[in-house]
Amino acid sequence: MDTKNIMIVGVGGQGSLLASKLLGYLLLNEGYDVKVSEVHGMSQRGGSVVTYVRYGDNVASPVIDEGEADCIVSFELLEAARWLPYLKEDGQIVTNIQQIDPMPVVTGAMEYPENLVEKMREKGAKVDAMDCVALAEQAGTVKAVNLVLLGRLSHYFDFPDEAWQNAIKACVPEKFLKINQTAFELGKNA
Amino acid sequence: MKQLMLGNKAVARGLYEAGCCFASSYPGTPSTEVTEELAKYDDVYCEWAPNEKVAMEAAFGASLAGRRSFCAMKHVGLNVAADPLYTMSYTGVNAGMVIVVADDAGMHSSQNEQDSRHHAIASKVPMLEPSDSAEALEFTKLAYEISEKFDTPVLLKMCTRVAHSQSVVETGTRQVPVKDYEKNIAKYVMMPGNAKKRHPVVEERTKALKEYAESGPVNRVEMGGTALGIITSSTSYQYVREVFGDTVSILKIGMANPLPDKLICDFAKKVEKLVVVEELDPIMEDHCRSLGLTVSGKDLLPVCGEFSQNLIASALGKPAAKGRALDETLPMRPPVMCPGCPHRGLFYTLKKLGCTVLGDIGCYTLGAVAPLGSMEMTLCMGASISALHGFNTIGGADSEGRTVCVIGDSTFMHSGMTGLANVAYNQSNSTVIILDNSITGMTGHQQNPTTGYNIKGDPAGKIDLEALCRSMGINRVTVVDPYNLAECEAAVKEELSAAEPSVIISRRPCALLKYVKRKPPLHVSPDKCKSCKSCMKIGCPAISMKNGKARVDATLCVGCGVCTQMCKFDAFCSDGKEEA
Repeated sequence: MDTKNIMIVGVGGQGSLLASKLLGYLLLNEGYDVKVSEVHGMSQRGGSVVTYVRYGDNVASPVIDEGEADCIVSFELLEAARWLPYLKEDGQIVTNIQQIDPMPVVTGAMEYPENLVEKMREKGAKVDAMDCVALAEQAGTVKAVNLVLLGRLSHYFDFPDEAWQNAIKACVPEKFLKINQTAFELGKNA
Repeated sequence: MKQLMLGNKAVARGLYEAGCCFASSYPGTPSTEVTEELAKYDDVYCEWAPNEKVAMEAAFGASLAGRRSFCAMKHVGLNVAADPLYTMSYTGVNAGMVIVVADDAGMHSSQNEQDSRHHAIASKVPMLEPSDSAEALEFTKLAYEISEKFDTPVLLKMCTRVAHSQSVVETGTRQVPVKDYEKNIAKYVMMPGNAKKRHPVVEERTKALKEYAESGPVNRVEMGGTALGIITSSTSYQYVREVFGDTVSILKIGMANPLPDKLICDFAKKVEKLVVVEELDPIMEDHCRSLGLTVSGKDLLPVCGEFSQNLIASALGKPAAKGRALDETLPMRPPVMCPGCPHRGLFYTLKKLGCTVLGDIGCYTLGAVAPLGSMEMTLCMGASISALHGFNTIGGADSEGRTVCVIGDSTFMHSGMTGLANVAYNQSNSTVIILDNSITGMTGHQQNPTTGYNIKGDPAGKIDLEALCRSMGINRVTVVDPYNLAECEAAVKEELSAAEPSVIISRRPCALLKYVKRKPPLHVSPDKCKSCKSCMKIGCPAISMKNGKARVDATLCVGCGVCTQMCKFDAFCSDGKEEA
């Protein structure tokens, strides 16, 4: 099969590394060749961060380029819009509607853009937007936003529920398992 | 067992399996995780050294003593360690020695974009260049074989995309080769008489390594279509495969130095057009030209920045995928100082006092960006103190009264101490500020000689910064809490007006450290907020203006209280204090 591309984007410190770890585990167990590319270092300090997840029969490049992403999973709304150029023509965006002001907005130099979901849809992008923070809090902790997003993401792939559950068990510490499983279900059924 | 593994972790696994017994490194993105991951193996001695030169020399000593050794650094770290490297090329090794150097094309987290292959060529040390995690593991083990077979240290060149990408690896078991130390003055004492005899040995070794490169497993030809032949290496090889599959022929170079002349010429004969695809400098391309070959490369591809599949497709006449963007310009999201960052209060003070600030390398380099904008120079590790001395010597009393330098605790240990020695020795009337956040922050929280803990988190020696500065001859050493703006301002004013060298230690641990307790988040009493925006001057990402009033994001605020000192109207409250 052709290589499939998933991007995970957000703001440094939001915890996207667990999401990519979990996806990587699931995809490898499903028998695919997998490459995951992460950002470390300076960008982690509240900057815009991106993780690339690629899978298929034989994956070469570790990065995803403009117009290549089958799916963009975003932890923050402006970041979904920022990475829109990377989405394939018929690609899917799954995004948290949380807004975190970047420094030009904090200092008042710029406004946080309005109606981003509608604007992305006007550009032909399929956008699934949801309040992941509220759902994560419902699950028990705001930190479970990543599992809410993954739950939602699971809609757009044909992997069996068991594969997701095994990946969650393998990647999440035992004592947080229940909360994360709940968050996954809440995201899935949202 | 097949598993997904980060490139840097795969190097660590390779080190473990190859029987490496000693590792000494200084952290630097994108090399840091190699040593961090290696430290998780109990049977390998691992340490953080104060800088890359010390790390490399320590690893050399371990090799001399008869165990396979290792050090890791980022590209600019190899400049610091260049001194031992160039002469270790002459002495060779006893047990194998491998050096990871990690380049950062695209400058994700670096001050320049230098190409480490130049160091390999100039020092005449062989360099291997893996293109994914599986090769990172395999080449690390191969590097030890080459090191011992050819009696040389071996450089293993990583780059951000190989270091920080996960791909599939298969792991093996550990075997530890053991050698005895043997006294050999002619080989290991590099004074002129001995070094003169070693230089021809190096030249002969390079010839032997060239032979090895021609036939060894490290370089390989993948024949496909012959209209186009591409010579490539590292992550560029993966992009080329992505774009062209087997429609072109590829000479994949795994050994960046020395290059295999015959293999290259034979490959060139088999293809109609030859292109070199390499990030940064045209090293393989120039080498091809020196062999008399007609070749394309930097006429099509950029010298600056990272490559990607689309970039290579466009440059070599293949269709590239295109996306769509929104019509408006979106606000950028540059990295910022974290909420509660102890550097913030100090930088605000320096800005308020109109100081000229010479800076250094670390999280605090973010003091140069808006709204603090209070850093005017950053060059390399340790340069802030040395440059301040030169700046003040020329600038005289006016400069001495308003110019300071800032340097982190880890950077000070790395190469700030020698600069301070110069300040003390030459009686420079300079004010040095050490930003002591009790950790090496930017690279992700590594211990250093001032923290009291080692790489495994166990108690270790702890250098007392105040005592160190005093013992170097600095009489005026003050410690301030950067969360206390009044204290910072008084100390900076006083030391700038003092007529001798002084050191201010701005001390508070990084707000992200797990042991640092957070206070409850503050919030703004809308009735008290007069919309004066004073609090916005500190550039805290937790504070924003919403509907004309300041607002605190409770998920980000750690309750440091610096904003409360900015507000004349007591609008910031902690829970329970807000008036109804």
